[in-house]
Amino acid sequence: MFWTSYFLAVLAIVLAWPVPILLSRARWPARDPFTAMVLWQAIGLAGGLSMIGAMLVYGLEPVGDNLLAGLCALAGMVLFAAPTTALGFWHLFALSAAALLTAHLVFTLLLTYYKIERQRRRHRELLALLASPSDDGPGTVVINHDSPVAYCLPGGARSVTVLSDGLMAALEPAELRAVLIHENAHLTQRHHLLLWAFAAWRQALPWLPTTRLAQEAVNSLIEMLADDVALKTESKATLIKAIAIVASGSAAPQGAAVVEAAGLAGASLQLPDGAGGAGPASTTATRVSRLLSPRPPLAGGLRAAVLAVCALLLAMPTALLIVPGLLG
Amino acid sequence: MASLGELERAVMDLLWAGHEAATANTLRDLLARSTAAQGGAAGHEGKDLAVTTVLTVLSRLEKKGLVERERGTRPHRYQAVSSREDHTAELMHEVLGSAPDREAVLARFIGSVTESEAETLRKLLGHS
Repeated sequence: MFWTSYFLAVLAIVLAWPVPILLSRARWPARDPFTAMVLWQAIGLAGGLSMIGAMLVYGLEPVGDNLLAGLCALAGMVLFAAPTTALGFWHLFALSAAALLTAHLVFTLLLTYYKIERQRRRHRELLALLASPSDDGPGTVVINHDSPVAYCLPGGARSVTVLSDGLMAALEPAELRAVLIHENAHLTQRHHLLLWAFAAWRQALPWLPTTRLAQEAVNSLIEMLADDVALKTESKATLIKAIAIVASGSAAPQGAAVVEAAGLAGASLQLPDGAGGAGPASTTATRVSRLLSPRPPLAGGLRAAVLAVCALLLAMPTALLIVPGLLG
Repeated sequence: MASLGELERAVMDLLWAGHEAATANTLRDLLARSTAAQGGAAGHEGKDLAVTTVLTVLSRLEKKGLVERERGTRPHRYQAVSSREDHTAELMHEVLGSAPDREAVLARFIGSVTESEAETLRKLLGHS
């Protein structure tokens, strides 16, 4: 089972470095955001699984022929104080690292959830006092603010979509409908769960390129998915106009905040730009260009192939960890 | 009987409009008057509003950091911590700002846009 740990380590490194960089530069995700989203999730899950798995398998190598036997032997050492002499320093080191990484990931996931929920609750409390109900539906409120702003605050049954006065004034009814459908799509497709998972993933391992690239990709893919829902009922021209009005209106009055944000984004984007090319475009630019010059969705076969890769990515580390135990 | 949430909103509206500290008794009278002004059955219910209910609402608002008690006076006088506009600005800062967690907390229709992108979009609007 020694080769298993090497294979898992290689898989973890490939999924942590070259694969996300290639995928973040690929252009096909805009053509099929759903498939791309599944792929990013598979990369994240398989990456984490193989990282932990590699260390676990390596550390248990002297005490068991497979993961299950190894874990049983380890439990014996911990619970019944069986002799640990079989494990060398590096084995113990790998086992401790696997345990710490697992705990760290789970803890960060929970902590991020708590922090997000706390901010949302505070936001909802203020909205309850400041915003007034809108005519556009029970979960929609209007806030007194001049810039055109629309956003949704997820929270199960208390989810709310917020529109500003400035937005209501700037948009025609059809454009407003497109915005509302877009925001509702975020809520019904539960995009906040994806955002939570990938925010936690990045929080837990901020130095790993894959976590930043994955979070940025997911942020942009959910917008495309929501746009596609809006396109089912509203025309492309309406949606483009709504995006353009909101984007051009929200950039101007913010002044310093935007300059600051752009400066930060520019600084962090310099690294991947080094290899040449125009660099990743912002989500808004990508959305508009994808609406202006649509390209056909991925062919059925290609789409099936990507989804098969996703399944394989998840099945491989799982199988490598579990199957030897079942066979032996 | 109005829900606590509605009462919180009504109390904050009064405090924001009044600009000065008020006791629970004053607030109760103001609430009763404003519901009476709306007429009908609501007016009758407004009169039944107990001072203890107003105090409950005030202590909830205090916990949320929205009102503060003046120290040393009895009965306690309450006032809003900051104006309605300041709270709106706080909310919008959370929405438009670039805090790291923002993207996970809420989903904006349009994320941060650079000035040059906004310019391109304005041109696009002009031509369409």
